[in-house]
Amino acid sequence: MTSAAHPVASDITATKTPRQRTGPSRAVPPKAGPREPARRARRIPGFVWALPPVAVLALVFLYPLALVVQQSVSPDEGGTSIAPYGDVFASESFRSALTTTVWLAVGSTAGCLVLGFVLAMIIAFVPFPGGRAVAKFIDVFLSFPSFLITLALLFIYGNVGMANGVWTDITGAADGPFDFLTTPWGVLLAEITYFTPFVMRPLLAAFSQLDSAQLEVASSLGAKPARIVRQVILPEALPALAAGGSLVLVMCLNEFGIVLFTGAKGVTTLPMLVYSKAILESDYPAACVVAVVNIAISVGLYSLYRMVSRRVGA
Amino acid sequence: MLVHSRTGKWATWSVFFVLFVPLFAVPLLVILAASFTTNWSGAFPSGPTTEHYVAATGGDSLQALTTSLITAVSASLLALTIGSWAALAAASMRRRGRRFLDALFMLPVAVPSVVVGLAVLVAFSKPPMLLNGTRWIVILAHTILVTAFAYSSVSAAIVRLDPMYEQAAASLGARPGYVLWRIKLPLLLPSLTAAAGLCFALSMGELSATMMLYPPDWTPLPVQIFAATDRGSLFTGAAVAVVLMGTTLLVLLGVSKIRTRASYR
Repeated sequence: MTSAAHPVASDITATKTPRQRTGPSRAVPPKAGPREPARRARRIPGFVWALPPVAVLALVFLYPLALVVQQSVSPDEGGTSIAPYGDVFASESFRSALTTTVWLAVGSTAGCLVLGFVLAMIIAFVPFPGGRAVAKFIDVFLSFPSFLITLALLFIYGNVGMANGVWTDITGAADGPFDFLTTPWGVLLAEITYFTPFVMRPLLAAFSQLDSAQLEVASSLGAKPARIVRQVILPEALPALAAGGSLVLVMCLNEFGIVLFTGAKGVTTLPMLVYSKAILESDYPAACVVAVVNIAISVGLYSLYRMVSRRVGA
Repeated sequence: MLVHSRTGKWATWSVFFVLFVPLFAVPLLVILAASFTTNWSGAFPSGPTTEHYVAATGGDSLQALTTSLITAVSASLLALTIGSWAALAAASMRRRGRRFLDALFMLPVAVPSVVVGLAVLVAFSKPPMLLNGTRWIVILAHTILVTAFAYSSVSAAIVRLDPMYEQAAASLGARPGYVLWRIKLPLLLPSLTAAAGLCFALSMGELSATMMLYPPDWTPLPVQIFAATDRGSLFTGAAVAVVLMGTTLLVLLGVSKIRTRASYR
């Protein structure tokens, strides 16, 4: 940096390299030093350029979040106390929502991992014509909102839906056996359906890196498919499984559309509780308390996900 | 290949389709089929009709469609601007600054969208920033939610960018602004359009934060679908859902066309 003494303004007009400036037709700005590197404008440190977007984000996202935290410790009577937390933690609705949320999320994640692993493995290692179309379909599937799955399930397993209709037609019974949609099992089914593609995508990417010669060698040495899956494919898939699984876990914890569309009074998750406290009951302090708990759980898990995926480079 | 025998392959494929078709293909097909029927309480839909589409493309639903389109387009453009600006700034920073920006801009993904809705509602319901009850609060919330995706896809693309191009341009005397405008952004264009498509699709289907915020005169399509199913008109809801899926797919297709044209350059 030979020209550190130049004023910043000269950067704007005069940062040509020597070769260009010796060209006959080029107007040479008088102040330009002979060996002035073009990167000189970096004297504005990099973080300055990051300030505007960070400021916008801070205003519209971090400040509101801070207000939520503040609201959660300011009860209606005024002042600052953690009494709202005590009230909310003591309430039955919060406890059951917390349990429901956690077991639904864990159950869905486990289901997605198993299902996604099996499906991705078949696409990658037992290729069939149309496999690419299936992969494309998965991409499209990801771009649709989650509540469409619940809407479809209402037609299939709803009270007056397909499955029950077929059952009553065949057996002549008054109503069918499928009545799980308004229970947590309906939410579980919908979440597994919707989130499995989120596991399949990183898995397919990981499998495409796997040298299929490894499988051939293992197979020619006499390994049965089950053993190849266990000893060759699974170790290779673990990073992608960990990354995809923790992402899905966070998304399941935060899922709202699926639960809202089932319309079940019995299934209340934390996001649902936030919604009903704030919008239906206008109890903002309580809603903020639940929101803070929800943030803590999912941000904690999400940082875990980032750590895992950074470590494994997925 | 994992399975060598012919029967083994067929067995595996049938397992695949037995799992895949009912779980993933059938739901979308069911919605499509239901949108054309008046009654479906047996194995097959009955009473073919296009009546629901008359309802789904007129009046309230048509307004919901334009509402959704305006919201999604403005939210994705805003998110793309903020997200790619931050991603470009992060790329020029050192390791620690970059990790800070990464964490900051990915945070909206980790925070539940209902909570984002609540936070925006709490913050913008009182002066001086009174946005509650206007369309801007919905657009703002959507922007916050999709910025993270714009940021992550643009910064992933910057990492893959060959630094030779900008170094060559800089060594020929191009100023940083010129390098950004003539080298980096054109090279990033495919990923920018892909990010725009992603943001658009996410914003079109956004329900959770919207449910917390929407004013009565600004109801996007997902809210409309929920309102229809909630009052029991499932079939109209299905038709509106088909309109939603169709619009999203059309825009994604258009965006991918831009992408292929950009890659010719």
